[in-house]
Amino acid sequence: MWSNVLYIDLDTGEHQVRDRADLFDKYLGGTGVATQLLLEECPPGTDPFSPKAPIIFSIGPLNTIFPCVSKTVSMFKSPMTGELGESHAGGRLSMAMRFAGYDSIVIKGRAEKPCYLSIHDDEVQLKDATSIWNVSSVEVIGKILRQVEPGKGRRSIMRIGRAGVNMVRYANVNVDTYRHFGRLGLGAVFGSKNLKAIVISGTEDVEIPEIAPYNKMYNKLYDAVVDTEVMDKYHDLGTAANINVLNQLKGLPTRNLQQSGFENAENISGEYFADNLLLRKIACSNCPIGCIHIAMLKTTFQKGHEFEVNHISYDYELIYSLGTNLGINLAEDVLRLIDRCERYGLDIMSTGGVLAWATESYERDLITPTDTLGIALRFGDTNSYLKMIDKIVETPNKFYQTLAKGTVDAAAEYGGKDFAVNLGGLEIAGYHTGPASIVGQMVGVRHSHLDNGGYSIDQKAASQQLTEEQMVDKLIYEDYWRMINNSLVACLFARGVYGEQTIIDALASVGIKKTRDELETLGREIFLAKYEFKKQQGFDVDKIKVPGRFYETISQLGMVKEETIREMLELYKKKTGI
Amino acid sequence: MSARIKVANPNRCIGCYSCMLACSRVNAKTASLIDSAIDIRTSGGIESGLEIIVCRSCIDPPCARACPTGALTPRNGGGVILDKDLCDSCMACASACLPRAIHFDKADMPVICTHCGVCARFCSHDVLELRKTEVL
Repeated sequence: MWSNVLYIDLDTGEHQVRDRADLFDKYLGGTGVATQLLLEECPPGTDPFSPKAPIIFSIGPLNTIFPCVSKTVSMFKSPMTGELGESHAGGRLSMAMRFAGYDSIVIKGRAEKPCYLSIHDDEVQLKDATSIWNVSSVEVIGKILRQVEPGKGRRSIMRIGRAGVNMVRYANVNVDTYRHFGRLGLGAVFGSKNLKAIVISGTEDVEIPEIAPYNKMYNKLYDAVVDTEVMDKYHDLGTAANINVLNQLKGLPTRNLQQSGFENAENISGEYFADNLLLRKIACSNCPIGCIHIAMLKTTFQKGHEFEVNHISYDYELIYSLGTNLGINLAEDVLRLIDRCERYGLDIMSTGGVLAWATESYERDLITPTDTLGIALRFGDTNSYLKMIDKIVETPNKFYQTLAKGTVDAAAEYGGKDFAVNLGGLEIAGYHTGPASIVGQMVGVRHSHLDNGGYSIDQKAASQQLTEEQMVDKLIYEDYWRMINNSLVACLFARGVYGEQTIIDALASVGIKKTRDELETLGREIFLAKYEFKKQQGFDVDKIKVPGRFYETISQLGMVKEETIREMLELYKKKTGI
Repeated sequence: MSARIKVANPNRCIGCYSCMLACSRVNAKTASLIDSAIDIRTSGGIESGLEIIVCRSCIDPPCARACPTGALTPRNGGGVILDKDLCDSCMACASACLPRAIHFDKADMPVICTHCGVCARFCSHDVLELRKTEVL
């Protein structure tokens, strides 16, 4: 029904639209289709920064037409891991792509000069971005492009900040100011292509095959989202609610995962943010929840009541990465750190991981003041971290050049591999809940906690006494089914609403008939296609080294044994065939 | 009893566009923004707040006065009724409306609010209300 792929060549500025019903009919959309496009466009051994490396965006059949189906999948070869790069963003992008009439976008080549893409319905133009190339703040870039581009009011603007321009490997792509393609370095890939921004808007409409069943389904889903308790967590405190929860469970990585609880968690908890700093909540397009929590940080910068006011979005992962994991005691300081990363367009989870590793390495004299250019690092010192973030982006010496490549490269150069807290080359999400979280991030196709929700399986294991095999089975179930959610592309926060039967019914209401078995098989097929890509690019799950730190710090499920991880990994490999 | 849409609490809007999608879904039977009579848009990015553009249900509607063909006529209780057969897409109505609550769809027909209230039904933050009006 919707299967238009827009191919753009940055070398020539030319574009064409191809109907890829062959892919959309089989793989639905989103991550299913993007994986196939990646396999087509990115041969083994492609350098992530080569002009030949593709950037792919994809939406799915239910985007914008059902509530909370509001995400866009990006796919690329990750400069962080050298294998599958996949990141999802909300904001208005999926709606803008839908109404511009493009279900996927494939971008290849490298522009000769700094450029941005202007996509408004059928108008696709490569425009000069020289004058904004060095504007460091992603917020300002948005303001400038809004003045010169059409589509006012409902367009989507993706852009990179200075981190992307300088190709910091964990640079992100900012989407509509408060959302991101955060993980695995898409911002650096934009930078490598001289691509500063993409503006998209559209005025198409989507015809619904049969309106009555669609309306009925829409109403049911809308009421489930708005009127039941399923989404309360995201609506009220937001994901930040997890700070106090994980702290009490002993699953909250603290000071580079030297601890799994933070004595000052209350001061930077979701409750504290909501009561003292929350300004308002906003939504991604087509999501009535509004989980994007915006804090207001008001800072005095001069005598005489001179204030600077910043609006900063916060979430659980950010408060962990730049808060507990750096030993920061004040919520306002966490916001200052978030704001600094946001302006530059840095992935905050990776930045926090890098800073935490650097702090411990400094304490252990693996790195010296000569390396840090005089910055004395200690946990809890916000001002030092602010300076470090500047230098990671500026990369004034070899040490900072190495930090800009991530924790794994930094530890390879300076030592401290045992406390370079990463899984599969990516700094971890904020969960030290037990073995399912560790194995989940190792085997997860994008090494994300959201691939299979291992942290949640650990929590179930705590109450239900799950065996290792049961935990592995649950990981696999999530790995497969989330491929379907991510092909629609539904927000994973709404996975409580979009269960198996709901997905089947929602697809059927717009004329896409799939059985449960067909979807499960498809989920597995997409999962294996990603593994095909990963292996083509040299990924080997057996080569993942789990840093010793994971076994030294108590988790929610007690001390994790290396043996447990090995056994679960073997089971997982056997059952999935990876 | 007639009714009209009222923007009761504009600053509660979260920018989800559920109201617009509801309007086009129910009234135009499409998933669309352009077919929606209610118009939500950011002004200066999502960080700068939202504009909520609705028909203000004028009792003496300037859009109807500006219409040279009689396609728009005043509706009992406020606002206007469109007779598509009479409309020649001159867009005089759109210019006459100060809040710019009339725009044109792909077929060059004005999208006119019928004050049916479906947008309010799908507003999760009480921004919009359907209020009863007096019929003369």
